[in-house]
Amino acid sequence: MAELLQMRDIDKAFAGVSALSGVSLEITPGEVHALIGQNGAGKSTLIKILTGVYRRDGGTVVFNGTESNISSPREAQDAGIATIYQELNLVPLRSVTENVMMGYEPKRLGVFVNWKEAHKRSREILARFGIDIDVRAPLGSYSTAIQQLVAIARAVSLNARLVIMDEPTSSLDASEVEVLFGVVKGLREAGVSVLYVSHFLDELFEICDRVTTMRDGRTVDCRQIAETSKLELIASMLGRDAADIAQAGMTEFGRDEISEAKGEILLQADGVSTGPRLNGFDMTLRRGEIVGLGGLLGAGRTEAARAIFGVDALTEGQITVKGSDTKLKTPAAAIAAGFGFLTEDRKAEGIIPDMSVRENLTLALLPRLRKGGQIDRAKEREIVEHYIKALGIKTANMEQPIRELSGGNQQKVLLARWLAIEPDVLILDEPTRGVDVGAKREIQAIIRDSVANGVGVVLISSEFEEIVEGADRIIVLNEGRIVTELTNPGITEEALVRALAHTEGQAA
Amino acid sequence: MLDANAFDLRQYLSRNPQSVAVWVALVALILFGLLRYDNFGSAYNITSLLNYNSMFIIISVGMCFVIMTGGIDLSVGSVAAFTSVIAAYLSPYGIEVALPGAILAGIGFGAINAFSIIVLRIPPFIATLATMLGAKGGALVISGAQTISVDWGSNFTKMGMEKAFNILPWSIVLVGFVVIMLWFVLEKTTLGRTVLAIGGGPDASVLMGLKVNRATAFVYLLSGACAGLAGAILASGFGAGQPLEGIGWELSAIASVVVGGTLLTGGLGSVTATVAGALLLGLVFNILNFENGRGTISFSAYWQMVIRGVFLFAVILFQARVTAGRSARIKATS
Repeated sequence: MAELLQMRDIDKAFAGVSALSGVSLEITPGEVHALIGQNGAGKSTLIKILTGVYRRDGGTVVFNGTESNISSPREAQDAGIATIYQELNLVPLRSVTENVMMGYEPKRLGVFVNWKEAHKRSREILARFGIDIDVRAPLGSYSTAIQQLVAIARAVSLNARLVIMDEPTSSLDASEVEVLFGVVKGLREAGVSVLYVSHFLDELFEICDRVTTMRDGRTVDCRQIAETSKLELIASMLGRDAADIAQAGMTEFGRDEISEAKGEILLQADGVSTGPRLNGFDMTLRRGEIVGLGGLLGAGRTEAARAIFGVDALTEGQITVKGSDTKLKTPAAAIAAGFGFLTEDRKAEGIIPDMSVRENLTLALLPRLRKGGQIDRAKEREIVEHYIKALGIKTANMEQPIRELSGGNQQKVLLARWLAIEPDVLILDEPTRGVDVGAKREIQAIIRDSVANGVGVVLISSEFEEIVEGADRIIVLNEGRIVTELTNPGITEEALVRALAHTEGQAA
Repeated sequence: MLDANAFDLRQYLSRNPQSVAVWVALVALILFGLLRYDNFGSAYNITSLLNYNSMFIIISVGMCFVIMTGGIDLSVGSVAAFTSVIAAYLSPYGIEVALPGAILAGIGFGAINAFSIIVLRIPPFIATLATMLGAKGGALVISGAQTISVDWGSNFTKMGMEKAFNILPWSIVLVGFVVIMLWFVLEKTTLGRTVLAIGGGPDASVLMGLKVNRATAFVYLLSGACAGLAGAILASGFGAGQPLEGIGWELSAIASVVVGGTLLTGGLGSVTATVAGALLLGLVFNILNFENGRGTISFSAYWQMVIRGVFLFAVILFQARVTAGRSARIKATS
C-alpha cells in the first residue's frame, strides 16, 4: 500500500545536543498508528517537526506522495495534517459553530457571516461523528471530551488526511474515552490516518493498528499491534530484553549492603486519597531508609508526594507523623514538622529565577533566620557558604541570580534549601532530571549521605537505575492505586519492569 | 549591625540593570537643570519640588510593594481623594487625630482589596478597580462634591506648610521616614523577601511554606495606608479636602514604579529606584516650568503632558536596552 507519510532518517539537534537521530516513521492511509516512548524519548520533537514547529536538520519527509517541506503549523494544516493538542487550541467562550467554522464561515455578499448556514453546516459536520449538541452554545459549556471531538471535527472538515492526537485521553473519563474511540474508528473507516501518542498502553491494543517505539531520540522498532504484547512494548521502551524480564521475577539480585536496624517510624500514611489521581495510598517511612515510588507517568507518584507534604487536601485516610496525630494541612506545617519537598517542576515550583543563590537557598529557612523581624544576615551567609562548599555548587558568588546557573547547580541549590532546614523527611521528586551525568552522581551522593545521617527519603524517579539502586523498598503505583511493593533484597530493574508490565495488564 | 559589604555600587548595578536607566536619567536631568536655569538649585525650588511630589513618592512606594507581588492597586488615587476629605473633617481635632484617621481610612480600603483578592480570589486588577470607583463615589458623597476646608486654627496645616527645624517641610520628613522604614522592610526582613518570592514564583512560595496570604494582605494594607497618608498631605498642603483630586494618580504611581525598573510581573523591585522614578516624573514638570519661565518657548500644560509621556517612553526604551544587552551577555557566556 502506498504510504501516506514517510519520514526517513530525521535528525534534529538543539544547541549541539542531538534530540533525534535517524528517526523513521511510516503511516499508511486509514491507519491508526501509535507512537510510544518514555519522557524525553523524542516523541514531541518528532511531532513538532512533522507539524512545522521545528525544522529538521536532516532526512526526508514525503507526505501524500510529494516531498514536503512544511515550515509552519499553518502550512501543515493546509497540507492536511491536523494536530489535536492536550491543551485544546479552541476558543471556549465562543459558540460551537464559531469554533468549527472559524476562518471558513459561509458569507453573504462576501462580507456578512451567514449564521443560519454556518450553524447548519457545523451541525452536519458534528453529526458525522455522532455528536448532537446545541451548536449555538459556548464551546466551554461542554465537557473536555466534547471539546476534543469538536476539535477533531473541525480538523476533519478542513480535509485533514492525518490527525495527530497527543495524549487525547489523559483528561477523559471512561465513557468519554469510548466516544473518542468511536470517532477514531470512524476516521479510520473514512480513510483518514491517525498518529496516536499515549502512555496508556492498554488503549493502543483497542484502537491502533501499528505501534512505533522511540527511545533516546531513535525509533527502535515498528510492530503490528496484533503481534505484540504489553510486556514487549515496555521492554522495547526501556531497552530491555522481554525474555529476561519475564524470567527475572524468580531471581534475587538485591543489594548486599541492606540497611538493617531501621530507626523510628517518621511517617505513616493509611488509606490516603486526594481525588481520582490518588486512591487508598499506604506507606511507612523510617529513619535512614529510602522508599521509592514506582510507576509510569500519571500513576499517582507526584500526587502521593503532594498529599504527604500537605499541598493537596486529603479526602480520605490519614497521615501520622512521628507517631503523633498532628495533621499537616499546609506545606508550612509540613516544613515545621521537618519535611522537605524537592518538586519535579524546577522552574515553576522550585527556583525563584530573579533571586540570588543566597536568597533561594534560605527561603524555606527564613522563619528560623528571623531575629526580631530582621533576617540574621551573618548567620544566613554562614549557612549559604557552608552549603555552596559542601555540595560543590558552581556559582560566581552567592549573589548571582539563580537563573544564570546550570540545571544541575540549580538543583543543588534547591537540595541545599531543604538540607538547610535539617529535615527528618525528604521527598524528592525526580531529583536528577535534566542535570548532566556528573551532577547527577553528586546529587545521588548527597542523598545517600543524608540518609546515612538518619533522614528518611521518599524517592520518585523515572530512571530505573536510580530508584532500583537507591531504594530500600519500592511502592509501585498505577492509576492512583498501589499494585505491589518490592522489598530489598528482590529489587531489580527486571522485577520493577515486571511489576509495571503486570499493572498495565491488570489495569484493563 | 553593619553588613560586611554594606553597599557595593558595582554589585548593585550589575544585579539591578533595570534600575540603571532611572538613575542615569535623574542625574542627567538634574545636571541639565543646574546648568541651564539659575534658580534650579535654590533651596526654594528643591523644597517645593519635594513637597509637591511627596504625595506621589509615598503612593508609588506603596504601589511598588503591590507590584512586586505581581499584583496591582488601581484604587490609590481615589483613596487619597477620599482620605483627604476625612482628614479635612477631622482637622479641628488636630493632627494627632486627622493624620491617623486618614491613614486608617486608607487601610480600610486596603483591607477591602486584600479581602477580595485573597479570600474571594478576585484578580487584583478587577478588585481594586471596584474599590477605585467606590472610593471615588464615597469621596463625593461625604463631601457633597465640594472641597472641604481644613480648620486653619488647628495644627493640621503645619504638616503641609511648615518646615521642620526650619529646613524641610514636615510632609517631606514624614514621607522620608516612611520610605526609609519600607526600604528596611524590603531589604532586611523576612516579610520583604516573602513579597519578592511571591512575585517571582507564587507556586514555589506556597511549597516553601512562606506565608503568602499574610504577605499579600500586607502589601494591599500598606498601599491603602500610603494612599491615606498622601490624602492627609494633600489636605494639609492645599488647605482643603479634595474629593475631585487623585484622578490618574494610580497611573503616575505605576509609571514611577516601572521607570524605577520594577517588573510589572513581580519578583524584582526596589524602593529607592521607585523614589527616583517618582522624582524623575516630577522633575520633568519642574524643568518644563523653568523652560516656560525663560520665555523663549512656552509649553501649555497639555504639551507638558505630551513631553512627559515622550520622556517616559525614552527612559523605558533605554531601560529595555540595558537589560537586553545584559541578558545577551549572559547567554553568550553560559
